[in-house]
Amino acid sequence: MFSAIFLGVLALFAIFSAARSPYMTNQYVSREQPVQFSHKHHVSDDGIDCRYCHTSVETSSYAGIPPTKTCMNCHSVLFNNSAYLELIRQSYRSDQSIEWIRVHRLADFVYFNHSIHINKGVGCSSCHGQINQMPLVFQASSLLMQWCLDCHRNPELELRPKDQVFNMDWKAPENQAEIGAKLRVAYKIRTTAELTSCSTCHR
Amino acid sequence: MDKMSQHENHEHTQDLHNQDASATRAPLNLAPAEDLKPRESPLDLATVRSKLQSKNGREYWRTLEELAGNPEFEELLHREFPRQAPSEWDDSVDRRNFMKLMAASLALAGLSGCGPSPQKFIIPYVKQPDGLTLGKPQYYATAMPFGADAIGLLVESHEGRPTKIEGNPDHPSSLGATNVYAQAAILNLYDPDRAQVVTNFGEITTWSAFLDSAQAVAAELKGTRGEGFRILTGIINSPTLAAEIQALLSLYPSARWHQWEPAVGDGAREGAKLAFGSYVNTVYRPEKADVILSLDSDFLGSGPGHIRYAREFSRRRKLDGPVHTMNRLYVIEPTPSVTGATADHRLPLRASEVELFARALAGQLGLRGSAAVPAGAEKWLEVVAGDLQNHKGSSLVVAGEQQTAEVHALAHAINAALGNIGTTLCYTEAVEASPVNHLESLRELCADMDGGKVDTLVMVGVNPVYTAPHDFDFISKLKRVRHSVHVSSHFEETSAYCEWHVAESHFLESWSDARAFDGTLSVIQPLIAPLYHTRSARDVLGAFGDKPGISDYDALRERLKSANPSADFEKFWRQTLNDGVVAGSAFAPLNVSLRFSPASLPAAKPATSSGELEFIFRPDPCVYDGRFANNGWLQELPKPVTKLTWDNAALVSPRTANKLGLEHDVAWRGGEHGKIFSATVDIILSGSKVTAATWTVPGQANGVVVLPLGYGRKRAGYTGTNKGFNAYMVRSSAALWNASASESAMARTGATYPLACTQYHFNMEGRQILATGTLAEYRKNPNFANEHDEPPPKELSLYKGEAEYPYNRDKWAMAIDLNSCNGCNACVVACQSENNIPVVGKDQVMRGREMHWIRIDRYYTKAKSPTDDPSTYDETLDNPETFFQPVPCQQCENAPCEQVCPVGATVHSAEGLNDMVYNRCIGTRYCSNNCPYKVRRFNFLRFQDWETPQLKLMRNPEVTVRSRGVMEKCTYCVQRINIGRIEAEKRNRPIGDGEIVTACEAACPTQAIVFGNMNDPNSRVAKWKAQARNYAILPELNTRPRTTYLAALRNPNPELEKL
Repeated sequence: MFSAIFLGVLALFAIFSAARSPYMTNQYVSREQPVQFSHKHHVSDDGIDCRYCHTSVETSSYAGIPPTKTCMNCHSVLFNNSAYLELIRQSYRSDQSIEWIRVHRLADFVYFNHSIHINKGVGCSSCHGQINQMPLVFQASSLLMQWCLDCHRNPELELRPKDQVFNMDWKAPENQAEIGAKLRVAYKIRTTAELTSCSTCHR
Repeated sequence: MDKMSQHENHEHTQDLHNQDASATRAPLNLAPAEDLKPRESPLDLATVRSKLQSKNGREYWRTLEELAGNPEFEELLHREFPRQAPSEWDDSVDRRNFMKLMAASLALAGLSGCGPSPQKFIIPYVKQPDGLTLGKPQYYATAMPFGADAIGLLVESHEGRPTKIEGNPDHPSSLGATNVYAQAAILNLYDPDRAQVVTNFGEITTWSAFLDSAQAVAAELKGTRGEGFRILTGIINSPTLAAEIQALLSLYPSARWHQWEPAVGDGAREGAKLAFGSYVNTVYRPEKADVILSLDSDFLGSGPGHIRYAREFSRRRKLDGPVHTMNRLYVIEPTPSVTGATADHRLPLRASEVELFARALAGQLGLRGSAAVPAGAEKWLEVVAGDLQNHKGSSLVVAGEQQTAEVHALAHAINAALGNIGTTLCYTEAVEASPVNHLESLRELCADMDGGKVDTLVMVGVNPVYTAPHDFDFISKLKRVRHSVHVSSHFEETSAYCEWHVAESHFLESWSDARAFDGTLSVIQPLIAPLYHTRSARDVLGAFGDKPGISDYDALRERLKSANPSADFEKFWRQTLNDGVVAGSAFAPLNVSLRFSPASLPAAKPATSSGELEFIFRPDPCVYDGRFANNGWLQELPKPVTKLTWDNAALVSPRTANKLGLEHDVAWRGGEHGKIFSATVDIILSGSKVTAATWTVPGQANGVVVLPLGYGRKRAGYTGTNKGFNAYMVRSSAALWNASASESAMARTGATYPLACTQYHFNMEGRQILATGTLAEYRKNPNFANEHDEPPPKELSLYKGEAEYPYNRDKWAMAIDLNSCNGCNACVVACQSENNIPVVGKDQVMRGREMHWIRIDRYYTKAKSPTDDPSTYDETLDNPETFFQPVPCQQCENAPCEQVCPVGATVHSAEGLNDMVYNRCIGTRYCSNNCPYKVRRFNFLRFQDWETPQLKLMRNPEVTVRSRGVMEKCTYCVQRINIGRIEAEKRNRPIGDGEIVTACEAACPTQAIVFGNMNDPNSRVAKWKAQARNYAILPELNTRPRTTYLAALRNPNPELEKL
């Protein structure tokens, strides 16, 4: 009898763990893209700011995936004969979009807004991880509701000075709780009750 | 083969057997068998009358059954989701199939849960358009041409897809508001049934094939100076399109242009000609008028400029306190309209008696009219004449679109005599490019077609096979025309009889212009490239000219350039596109002189005698003349007064219904409490017959039968075909608006027809939910709306309330001014468009399952009687006071719905909204059962169309598209709140008042709805709520709703009150 209950509990535990495992959430899964684009190279080696490509991250809900034109700004001159970039040139010539593989996919029923997070001092790497170290981008966080709520309940743990928002190498200082609490006041972050109301994200 | 059929037979018997089994076991029927028998009790008017007699004081009722207090009705009230109807599903499923389906779906459901989500793609632009920020909507100014008006619009576009229509605040005919047609136009654009190609005798062909054919015709026409070339259009108020027609007419001097607008009468045009000698346009300024008399005019609900007129009119009915004054509206009309429902005094008269009244009024005002007064209107006449005379220069007399030229001319003369010209109304040159008498114009065309004089006929924006008077027999005449071209959005009745049909572009797909009711020139700019192979009307006409192929864009720019030669054109062009209107283009008031004396009128045609029936034709308030028949939003929209959906019906007064024995039986069975079996009648007028359902309308003039136009379409599309009856079938040119006939013209068939009426749904058990009074009562006791029930003390509650929710920043709330609301329905369609609300269809409406998040309840009041004489109470049925009450989710502070949800799918937000979390909802419907306001809507089936690609384009990406089994309700447009909050927070400032506007508030012509932050004492909503007139529905329940109402007031004339 006891072993039956034990096994049952174990099975349930296994199911729930599996549901939250990277197998289900796609966490840490690198995606092959149609063009071998390396964030590591463009950010770390070339020092290009996130916002050069993801132009609307400060103003809109979408960060924005750059149009082919953005690639061609540089690659019409640099590596303009590279075989790796043939797809880019072809897209530009034929006016056909490149179909990138989506890496971050939020659950249905969620309405996420990039701009408010950026404007309130939540850095890119808080959610996306160190993109500047990723040759192929993977999803660094689980994107589960639990994960969202962790931060909406205690935003001070992730708040940064505004000039650090786009710094991919930012690490929380020792006294983050103290600094974060001050930033929370300075940024006029809403109360936890307000941040965790259902309609904040679901509508 | 034999085996096969044997096998089939075997299957068949087994199925039968299973059906039997399921019938005996009744797995889906929870009710005992005897309950499933339809229990229909015919409406008994005698009971209604006696109930009315026993009621005292001001009471409200919505349906005759409610008033009569049928036991079935009472029982119904106690069950929100009454016992399941025998067939819960569209197609009933037997037990065997049910098990099969369930087994399959259970297995699949298990599988789909076991695996990572599939790969998705991101497809960016190659070159992103300038000015586009992904994820942010853009707004473009454009205009919707409608009759002799254009409604200025701002259209929301998401990445190139227009999704929502709003009014343009800079446009004179909109002032930021819209009407139902403008709101629903977005669905017309994405209508999957639209014609998509050019066809020749129904065969798909190409535009260039049409162009070749048109040019061949043009070459012939040049030789004959255009002999036999005819153009038939509706009202044209686009100068660019008119210029194209004029160019053809000058190229082909013998060609002729005819016009036919079926639902707009010639009375206004001919009346102006009678009074002033030319077709001048009348522009009203209701804001300046203290006393308004409407002679059968629905100027607040339809006709050119009505959105603006409703706004101006309601400005004079906004009261901040008892010191304020109100205007006064008298309405004389044969059938209740939204204008009549708003009136302070309303007199039902037959349409033919309105002219008699107008003549008598002219006489009373010393204009030598006539002395004959319609029976029962003597006192009225005296009082109204007196009131008008006391307000010289600040009164207004408005004549109705469907009234005769004489009534219009008399209204002009009366306004002139009262010194109103220049203050409460003015005259301008005609808005129409070429005003003509449409009936005569069509008559002439038909005669010429009959005489073989018409060789080529191009029809634009008209559907004469459907709309022409039946005695013109348009079809047989059309068959005599060699080349016929029809340009329309759908392949319609007329298209089927034409050589060519060219699919017409929607106004959101093409460049054009149009003049508003006051002459203001509006530019129509497209929001999207044509979805199909469609062309504009101007393009098609241009094909017959000598310069075909000029684009609409170039034609429009050329015309604007020639009209504004000196200005820096590019700057002017950009400014005009931005504003949506050409600045300062409204027509200047004309100095007109009256060339008319009421004495010079020929003797009036005798009104319909009391023994006869008077049949009157009116455009339908939802589908208009039939052009919106395929629009599901408008079909399902409850008509403002009757609250019927999906059908029209011959409307009669209660007395007439009683006299003719026209009953309607409500099917109280199961959930079908929106299904009303009404008696059908055969109507025979001028030798033509139509069979119609009937409907009883309190407040209609006795002996009048209203036949709403626009239904009974044969080729409208999936949604609109074969709905209702076609009133055009009995409409003759001799009696275009009124037809008198003996009572035998309308004979009962003995059959009944089910009508879907929403006024039987969501009933609140006759509690005091509407507060109304008169201005005098209000002045005496400003707090009258709150005196019925003292709300329980705040402490007396199990809810934690504000202890749990401090509402430090924003506390969203809404106030609705019932004194302004005229029940026009614009908010209902606006909500449907903004919130991706599905259409459910007639069958589901009859089961009480319509999905509108905001409904407008229509209430009648029982008149107060000074005496105990029961006979006076009859007046209540004959002419009840009418009120409208929009009911969205009340967003209760102590919300009963939240407490009963077992899965926490509806919870309180920190700003006080009752959030609805669709992904948690499992569909228990407890919340809806516990909602005292009956504002929650359940997706019984998957009402939303998820497959049709065009409809996907239309949806608001900011709102979830809900599926089956999920409860939903008004969210106060939480998507707009979130966007407004995020934008304000990014700038670290509080959200300003008026920054967040709900869809219903934005659409409202009368600004009856205000949304905002209750915590801000300077917000509009806080100020409204501070008024004494402010009251909550059902305060005794201590739900503390955030949505409250300002009591409706009427400003009756004490002299008529004494009656």
